[in-house]
Amino acid sequence: MTPNRQALRIKQMTITLAGETLLTMHRDIAPGEVLTVMGPSGSGKSTLLAYLAGFLSPAFQAQGALYLGDKRLDALPAEQRGIGLLFQDPMLFPHLSVAGNLRFGLPHHANNKRQQVAKALEQVGLAGFENRDPATLSGGQQARVALMRLLLSQPRAVLLDEPFSKLDTTLRQEMRALVFGQLREAGLPTLLVTHDEADANAAGGPIIALG
Amino acid sequence: MVLLPAFGYLPVLGGNTFHLEAWQTLWAHAGLQRSVLLSYFSGLITALEALFIVVLFLAASQGTLLDRAIRRMVSPLLAIPHAAVAFGLAFLIAPSGLLVRWASPGLTGWERPPDLLIVNDPLGLALMAGLILKEVPFLLLMSLAALPQLRPEQRVTVARSLGYAPGIAWMKCVFPALYPLIRLPVYAVIAYATSVVDMALILGPTLPPTLSVSVLTWFNDPDLNRRFMASAGAVLQFGVTLAALLTWWLGEQGVKRLCQRWLANGSRASGATAIAFGGRALLLAITLLAISALAGLVLFSVAGFWRFPDALPGTFTLDHWLRILPSVAKPLINTLSVGLAATLIAAVLVVATLEHAARYQLPAWRAQWLLYLPLIVPQVAFLFGLVVAAESVAIRPQQALVVAGHLLFVVPYLYLSLSEAYRRLDPRWAQVALSLGVPSWRAFWQVRLPLLLAPLLTACAVSLAVSIGQYLPTLLLGGGRISTITTEAVAMASGGNRRLVAVLALLQTLLPFIGFSLALMIPRLVWAKRRQMRGAA
Repeated sequence: MTPNRQALRIKQMTITLAGETLLTMHRDIAPGEVLTVMGPSGSGKSTLLAYLAGFLSPAFQAQGALYLGDKRLDALPAEQRGIGLLFQDPMLFPHLSVAGNLRFGLPHHANNKRQQVAKALEQVGLAGFENRDPATLSGGQQARVALMRLLLSQPRAVLLDEPFSKLDTTLRQEMRALVFGQLREAGLPTLLVTHDEADANAAGGPIIALG
Repeated sequence: MVLLPAFGYLPVLGGNTFHLEAWQTLWAHAGLQRSVLLSYFSGLITALEALFIVVLFLAASQGTLLDRAIRRMVSPLLAIPHAAVAFGLAFLIAPSGLLVRWASPGLTGWERPPDLLIVNDPLGLALMAGLILKEVPFLLLMSLAALPQLRPEQRVTVARSLGYAPGIAWMKCVFPALYPLIRLPVYAVIAYATSVVDMALILGPTLPPTLSVSVLTWFNDPDLNRRFMASAGAVLQFGVTLAALLTWWLGEQGVKRLCQRWLANGSRASGATAIAFGGRALLLAITLLAISALAGLVLFSVAGFWRFPDALPGTFTLDHWLRILPSVAKPLINTLSVGLAATLIAAVLVVATLEHAARYQLPAWRAQWLLYLPLIVPQVAFLFGLVVAAESVAIRPQQALVVAGHLLFVVPYLYLSLSEAYRRLDPRWAQVALSLGVPSWRAFWQVRLPLLLAPLLTACAVSLAVSIGQYLPTLLLGGGRISTITTEAVAMASGGNRRLVAVLALLQTLLPFIGFSLALMIPRLVWAKRRQMRGAA
């Protein structure tokens, strides 16, 4: 989808809290690659995501740099980084319709918004769901809408925060295949945070352990 | 600013030197001692009673159908302005009021209203009853808002598994943790009750009245020299409130000492039934009293000819409403314009503060207590200071000044009712929006604000109700020329036309009620097709 596929490069990153080092990382994630970060709770996974996405609380200090290709990201505010997020909850805006949620993801000046939304829904087997209230969708359907909302916003890199942990087993397999398939097809560098080995295996990329 | 004139300095009135004359006249004033004692004790007793009733109810409350029904009935009582509650109570308990009528002549044998001083009684009992009626809902709602973070069910379950009866379990395991969270509202009740003006004018003793009422009388005295005395009185009022707060604080320390042993001494049995019964009965009585008071207002407002011991009016008429409506158009407009202006300004200020804190993930603001200062300092004391200050820089009393005065009381309430909702909103909503590439102003307008629509509207309704109920700020900062429904109603209190007063008190109640209804209805209409948004608020 995106013409210029670039690597997400984490350079000499050190995050400290009150002088104590929590986390260090130096690593490139190639386009289309999924890097899995595993670790028990409290190992700093959410701090890592907050740093990458641009939501790190001012209580933490971060050193090092974050690049997308040659573009430095860590000084930019979250909305200018082009890094998409997928949480364990679909986080569909409850006050918007399904189409409203997808439109929210589309860039402001996108053409043929209606068509793009319809096509995105069709891709995940939800054709005709435009006017539905997200609250009336099943968990799996919500997860699929959330994925398409993310992709429509044309991110340059993606962070996955235990995105399958709240789905039941059969649905989990299906969603893994869908998410990793779509991200690979889009050629996006992806960082997956999880404590489920099956996620890591399905991602098929390198694995690092924290903590 | 109120200190200077108290010591004789007020250049506008030719007071250029400092002296203690004002204090000497004040001390020499007949009945001063009694006024001071009335204010001091009515404040403390009111707070103690109200807290007692609320705590007992919470200890007894088990989440049964009755308990939830009582809670639901109590919350709307908070919206009724103080003056309206006072009038309702007065009409209920007066010698020719509803209670006596219902009991006469069958139980009492009275064919004519008894010659008793029930309302305006010299001990201030009616005043305290009115205050309790109004402060119980306030403390109850404050407690209910603070309780969830303590996980009371869990604490009670643990204690019950150790063999404690539910009421005792609550008293020993939940209350000690709850009290620090509602300490500020309790202090606000003490400060309010020691210095209240509008309720004291309606229900309080007259010869002598409470200190705050005396101060107001001196302030409005045509003899401008009385101003010095009024200022000294305002300072004294501040001292009285401070003394009451200090007494309470000492009491707190004492109770803490005494209860330390009781908390852990393992006694399990005593008093559980009394709590279970008393807690519900007291709050139910309060609620029923308030509802009867309101019903009484309605009856009086449409009563035609009403012979004394008759339980109901002989004829009903809308005359009083029709007669008074043309003359209240102006006060009605004033009430609404001041209330809406204050609410709008306060909402913008509070939302901007909260949004800023949320956006930069700031910790709770340390100067927060400053915001609550207007709720703890007696109104009489610092409003006089404001008036004197405004006069000294030649700002005439006007509507803008009234709005500014109302803001002092509206902002804390709006902040109190909105900050919790803002804090609880999942930060991931805004994060999702930003990570989709949407700038933060759009994330605010299109995500955070719509998600908070219901709590925001409720907070606005609260602040509108607070503004509508303000008596003293309106009177003083408006120089008596900005009349609102509240000032009109209180002004008519001594006039004694019950039917017209009832109409005004009902109008005063109706406005906040409309506000709260809109706050409930608008989100339901806007989110009619969004299931999660209806349950969320």
